Amino acid sequence: MPRSRMVKTARPNGRNGEENCVASSAESSEGKPAEKMAASGPTATDSDVVARAQAGDHAAFALLYGLNKRRVYSLCLRMVNSVAEAEDLTQEAFLQLHRKIGTFRGDSAFSTWLHRLAVNVVLMHLRKKGLALTSLDEAMEPTHDDGPGRSFGAPDLRLTGSIDRLALERAVADLPAGYRLIFVLHDIEGYEHNEIATMLECSIGNSKSQLHKARLKLREALRTSLEGQGR
Amino acid sequence: MSEERNTKDCREFQAQLADLIGSGEDAKNHPHVKKCALCRALLADLETIAEAARQLLPVGPPKEDLWERIESAIEQEKGTENGK
Repeated sequence: MPRSRMVKTARPNGRNGEENCVASSAESSEGKPAEKMAASGPTATDSDVVARAQAGDHAAFALLYGLNKRRVYSLCLRMVNSVAEAEDLTQEAFLQLHRKIGTFRGDSAFSTWLHRLAVNVVLMHLRKKGLALTSLDEAMEPTHDDGPGRSFGAPDLRLTGSIDRLALERAVADLPAGYRLIFVLHDIEGYEHNEIATMLECSIGNSKSQLHKARLKLREALRTSLEGQGR
Repeated sequence: MSEERNTKDCREFQAQLADLIGSGEDAKNHPHVKKCALCRALLADLETIAEAARQLLPVGPPKEDLWERIESAIEQEKGTENGK
């Protein structure tokens, strides 16, 4: 397939997104990848940058790094909760991107494709650490725990207005990896279910279902935490 | 306070809740929710969790030297390939 083929470059709906149209002169004079791209002046689209990187243009690859590093790093950090590990995983994700960018065919948005690659790097890492995750399918279908129970618990224990950031981050960190992944991608990073389904090669219904189970598990954990505080 | 129980209606409602929320419908308008305090509370909690997640501070960028590490690893790989 010709490298110049038009690629889909729709910006994901994530809140931390940096994937935008980019200025072709965005790289700094020091050769470091630009983090913020000016919208004025002659511009190139993401697809141009991807095509240049596919052709071996190192500066274009640096631009792709600058545009996507924060989101990839954020995903890694939210999944492993360790700065050092997240940096290693981000490095591995971009190394894999460098090896595989020639195989990107534009069937999905580049950022979605890259994030799928990053998700696989993260899951491989979790598996090596001993988590029983050999594939995304297993991550999407936890075998030991098919979701929280349907009990409501005490009706007067409401979370409204009572969730602090640290409690939520702790509860997210304690979620099983499959639930955590969906929750991070959708509720924190801001991806839509159709993007997650593409990224994880699952159905949109599966993505919705897993997200719902993740939120229910968080509710249980947060309520338990509140109960522990005597509320 | 009167005892509130998880009824068959609640279970049926919960079974379709993932789809209801995922489709963007306002689940608060579901007939069951209007008459069930427990399910209203459940929905409110789930909305609170989603909203709290949106309010989490974004992660900052990785350290500046990460790009140098990546460049160095790329160069190393190239060297290995050329040495084959």
